[in-house]
Amino acid sequence: MHIVVCAKQIPDPETPPAAFKIDAATNKVVPAQGIAPVLSQFDGIAAEAALRIKEAGGDGKVTVISMGGESAQAAIKQVLAMGADEGVLLNDPAFEDGDSHTTAKVLAAAIKELGDVDAVFCGRQAADWDMGQVGLLIAENLGWPVTIIAKGVALEGNALKVERVLADGFEKTEVNLPAVVTVSNEFGEPRYPKLPQIMAAAKKTVTKKTAADLGLDPSEVGKAGARLQLQKLFIPEKGAQVEFIEGETPQEQAANLVAKLKADKAI
Amino acid sequence: MPHNILVVGELDGGTPSSTTLELLNGAQGLAGGGSVSVSLLGTGASAAAAQAAGASKAFVSDDANYDTFRGEQWLPAVQAAVEQSGADLVLMGQTTVGRELGPRLAFRLNTAVAMDCVAVTDNGGTIEATRPAYGGNAQATYTFATTPAVATVRAKSFDPATGGGAAETVELPAAGESRVNVTGKEVTESAGLAITEAPIVVGGGRGLGAPEAFEDLKNLAAAIGTDKAAVGASRAAVDLGWFPPSEQIGLTGKVVTPDLYIAVAISGASQHMAGCSGSKMIVAVNRDKDANIFAFSKYGIVGDWKQVVPALIEEFKKG
Ligand SMILES: Cc1cc2nc3c(=O)[nH]c(=O)nc-3n(C[C@H](O)[C@H](O)[C@H](O)COP(=O)(O)OP(=O)(O)OC[C@H]3O[C@@H](n4cnc5c(N)ncnc54)[C@H](O)[C@@H]3O)c2cc1C
Repeated sequence: MHIVVCAKQIPDPETPPAAFKIDAATNKVVPAQGIAPVLSQFDGIAAEAALRIKEAGGDGKVTVISMGGESAQAAIKQVLAMGADEGVLLNDPAFEDGDSHTTAKVLAAAIKELGDVDAVFCGRQAADWDMGQVGLLIAENLGWPVTIIAKGVALEGNALKVERVLADGFEKTEVNLPAVVTVSNEFGEPRYPKLPQIMAAAKKTVTKKTAADLGLDPSEVGKAGARLQLQKLFIPEKGAQVEFIEGETPQEQAANLVAKLKADKAI
Repeated sequence: MPHNILVVGELDGGTPSSTTLELLNGAQGLAGGGSVSVSLLGTGASAAAAQAAGASKAFVSDDANYDTFRGEQWLPAVQAAVEQSGADLVLMGQTTVGRELGPRLAFRLNTAVAMDCVAVTDNGGTIEATRPAYGGNAQATYTFATTPAVATVRAKSFDPATGGGAAETVELPAAGESRVNVTGKEVTESAGLAITEAPIVVGGGRGLGAPEAFEDLKNLAAAIGTDKAAVGASRAAVDLGWFPPSEQIGLTGKVVTPDLYIAVAISGASQHMAGCSGSKMIVAVNRDKDANIFAFSKYGIVGDWKQVVPALIEEFKKG
């Protein structure tokens, strides 16, 4: 059983709102001072799901793939420290500033090249752009079935049993391998690697691949291949100017608030 | 510029869902003389076409195999509807259906989708889609290099359409095979009003300190009115097991847009606000006067919820 985990490095989504800045000229987020980028949280959970399947089966292999700059090595190393076996960094200036379509195309090409892959696990969405497309588009590129927003994944024979989150509960699904699954936070927390595992991860191989290595033309990836064109990235107005409710006691404050809500016809 | 628009409809108990009606209204506003069509799949689809207000044409199949959404069954039908309607814009809800169908349909049509949009507009003939990004810290506006433009749209982004439904219906093929089998479903029973429908929502966060505190919030909702108020939670509270995941508000939970959102012991992280910043009014109770939630609030009470919430319950009970 060979599972590929797709992992993305992103600006820390828990950056305090006051430290979140956008450069209007480039439509890009300005890296917050002193806050290191992180592995997108849902990708860590996807890695956890993959590792549990590998461990339950006794054998098998987990490969982590990331498309990104040189710094994305850190995200790969983190998944390797969790227990993944090998890493692949898809790194080429031509890959930059693409959209979900081009990202999935590059990842799918890398998965095809590995050849012996049985399943691909992705996070439900990257916690920066929050699009939630790449897993689905990898499946379409590969012609594989896909099931998304999983809260539970188990391997039974040649099939994955996946519980997927719905608006009003969850659904039990079954899909034969090879397949793509996207994993949600309801799955649970990823493991936290300890020092010996982090040391061991440093010795694991990370292969680097460019567009040419994957047989991709620069015109079909990155900005050149993108179909969705970002016109403007901005911080929305918060709108409200808070009025703190006066009162000597909580009772007085409560009475004053309710009076205001009534006056505003909010209740 | 006129746009031909296809709304990928969903049925809710045999009638077009509230999101479908919202999208139909949005589509009418954008069509500018072009056509508005709708696709409806599953039991009762042909009959529901007459209730799809604002659509001139409905692409339907009454095949009951469409009742449970399976992407691989819906895809060919919706793709046929897009092609036959000549749509240059396809709208669907950011629902279980839209989340899966949007990207896959876009792939099959050699185009792109913008997910979870809060606005879709026509700027001098060019379709623009605006959506939250970076956990709600930012918003991004996109155009499409390919056609049709596809967008999944957040609930309540448009008012629902009213009036007559589709005069003409076109049959779509029955459902084919799916490689993903649905073997069961578990529904989380939530008592009373749904947080996505309630005109007033009380949200509880980690600062409540213990699961029992949600009983106090339920009492607060009851004092406001069981027909009006419902209780939700932040992800931190849900992750601690204090409240069911189905009632989580935020980026990875439900999006609520009540008239009034009362946030209790919630800090106001961007990912939480992504699920409630569309509320008409926000009121917060927090002991930290610098909490981010106050930046979104019309009124704030700085204090310990343990004292403020009981006082609010008493006050609301006075009527
Ligand atoms: C990718 C991603 C997705 C996420 N999705 C979501 C999501 O869908 N929904 C969501 O909610 N979060 C989400 N989060 C988490 C989010 O970033 C915050 O961590 C979370 O919202 C914090 O919840 P909270 O406000 O309850 O807790 P905290 O941030 O811990 O805030 C607790 C608040 O309670 C106040 N407080 C403490 N004691 C009292 C008291 N006695 N009386 C009054 N006030 C008190 C404190 O001052 C503080 O402001 C997501 C995060 C990531 C990275």
